[in-house]
Amino acid sequence: MLSSYPVGGKFGKYGGKYIPETLEPAVQKLEDAYEKYRNDPDFQKELNYYLTEYAGRPTPLYFAKNLTESAGGAKIYLKREDLLHGGAHKTNNTLGQALLAKRMGKKRIIAETGAGQHGVGTAIACSVLGLSGEVYMGSKDVERQKLNVFRMQLLGTKVHSVDSGSQTLKDAINEAIRDWISNVQTTYYLIGSVVGPHPYPMMVRDFQSVIGNEVRQEMLQRYGSLPSAIVACVGGGSNAMGSFYPFLDDSSVRLIGVEAGGQGLKTGKHSATLCAGSEGVLHGMFTYLLQDKQGQVIDTHSVSAGLDYPGVGPEHSMLKDVKRAEYVSCTDDEAIDAFVALSRLEGIIPALESSHAISHAVKMAKEMDRDEIIIVTLSGRGDKDVQVVQEYLAKRGKKRARK
Amino acid sequence: MAGRKEAALVCYVVAGYPDMKATEEAVDLLVAGGADIIELGIPFSDPIADGPTIQQASNAALQAGVTPEKAMQLAKRIRKKHPALPILFMTYSNILVHAGFEQFLEKSKQSGVDGFILPDMPVEEAGQYSALAEKQGLATVFLASPNTSKERLQKIIDRSSGFMYLVSVFGITGARKSFEGYTQDAIKRSKKLAAGKLPVGVGFGISKPEHARFMVGAGADAIIVGSAIVNKISNGKTAELKALAASLKKACRK
Ligand SMILES: Cc1ncc(COP(=O)(O)O)c(C=O)c1O
Repeated sequence: MLSSYPVGGKFGKYGGKYIPETLEPAVQKLEDAYEKYRNDPDFQKELNYYLTEYAGRPTPLYFAKNLTESAGGAKIYLKREDLLHGGAHKTNNTLGQALLAKRMGKKRIIAETGAGQHGVGTAIACSVLGLSGEVYMGSKDVERQKLNVFRMQLLGTKVHSVDSGSQTLKDAINEAIRDWISNVQTTYYLIGSVVGPHPYPMMVRDFQSVIGNEVRQEMLQRYGSLPSAIVACVGGGSNAMGSFYPFLDDSSVRLIGVEAGGQGLKTGKHSATLCAGSEGVLHGMFTYLLQDKQGQVIDTHSVSAGLDYPGVGPEHSMLKDVKRAEYVSCTDDEAIDAFVALSRLEGIIPALESSHAISHAVKMAKEMDRDEIIIVTLSGRGDKDVQVVQEYLAKRGKKRARK
Repeated sequence: MAGRKEAALVCYVVAGYPDMKATEEAVDLLVAGGADIIELGIPFSDPIADGPTIQQASNAALQAGVTPEKAMQLAKRIRKKHPALPILFMTYSNILVHAGFEQFLEKSKQSGVDGFILPDMPVEEAGQYSALAEKQGLATVFLASPNTSKERLQKIIDRSSGFMYLVSVFGITGARKSFEGYTQDAIKRSKKLAAGKLPVGVGFGISKPEHARFMVGAGADAIIVGSAIVNKISNGKTAELKALAASLKKACRK
């Protein structure tokens, strides 16, 4: 059964622990601690307390009637992770890992962030649980997500701007790993997606599976059946993995991951790792990567900082190869259109990341029967993106006027 | 190297930084100064075990168009000039994984390289790599760190050939001002287990003769110097490499 992976730290041939030796004891301790607490009633009770009382779970499963009518096909439901405290699904994972770090006796937390959402999620968890947080963020992302930088600082977390490499998420992870190597005895590395060495991809998936578990339970309660399809955007792949995992063994449910097609797969300016990548090793894992002929990891592009990553979680790589999940891409333009459409039709401003999933779900719905149900994981809210979208629309308007 | 009266000096340079000719020249100077082994770095886009000095050099080399293929051509030229000099490639796993272990190791062997150091390749993931390297007669140097358990040290020693590479500190590469006692403890622990099997090389942060003496005093069979050399090259002081190597080598004599 697919849900029984990882086996020996691997998802088929993907995953593993390609790490410098200095980190090996830390990763082993983390694995042991997670094994101990994942089924510990006290730990689960505490996590559940924070997820419900503090972060607002369960999140609604909302029937997007207007969007559905406009698409003219299958019914589209939105799993509203945008309403989770912090404004994105990231809080599910940061609360889980921060509680684990606390039980492990670690007081210093480091994290990486792209869009800033995981950084904010980490800052929130550190603040409420009394931990000290430091977040690495590429200097390009610091520039395009200024608001989130200030939010992190406001929450009491220090933000380190990373100038190396492509100055985005990939380099923020490199720098966080370097910090971890240097401070391994005191520091907990709180990874923000289903990436990195084992046990991170499994652990982050488990913490995010609350999304899919709630969807499943609610579908069965309300309709007595499972949905036809689940659609989620894929950067590192955590909101998608958390949505997919509880359905892995239900072959009737189609699982669709939507990657960032940027300016189009043919232009090379995209972040569609599973659609256009090849196998390799990055950030401690064997997985699909965007790389050149020599095995150098290449610069990616997406209008959404949270999807701008040249790797992807190893479990997705396995699901692609065995064809249990389908992976597609959606361009910047299409995502922006979905961002505007959902705002106008439903009064919901989605994150640009999530807009990729919305766009593809609308395309799918048109081809499906009216009594079928598509679940879209609305992974976050778009307040952080309004400035980027405003500038994008202004530029696009000018370009179109010229034509 | 084990059993000799002096420790070996291992010197690291980034292939093609600032250009191929300059690297060749640097190697000549280091060897003239007393370097016993040369580590040739093949630049990788995401060097997670490296500090700013080597990051910048790797990045510059990549910008200048250095490829693994070109690094092999450089190795060939160095091999021709220094027939008995041990040359090791140091790079990250993906460079080999992407090309395919078999092909990459075979080509490296043909270019005259003697072995590999891969800082993100732990023994658990090394099955195919080790087997194919052995087939080619290439050394596989695995790394250990001050927090490596005795049990793992044993595995690392068993899997390593040439020498084992003890990372001196909790940290990444980069010239350091000083070291603490835990480094010497780690050297002694490694030496105890490796005795009679494999020399123990110690590296990361070593920049001065006194550091070399500190490591050799605790029993190191080799010291490995990287960032201090790359710093000289970055600062346009390549000509000083011979003197730097000579001073480090002097400190290696017990
Ligand atoms: C709202 C939102 N959705 C999705 C992502 C992508 O992450 P993942 O693929 O791990 O869900 C991010 C990352 O920053 C995000 O902020």
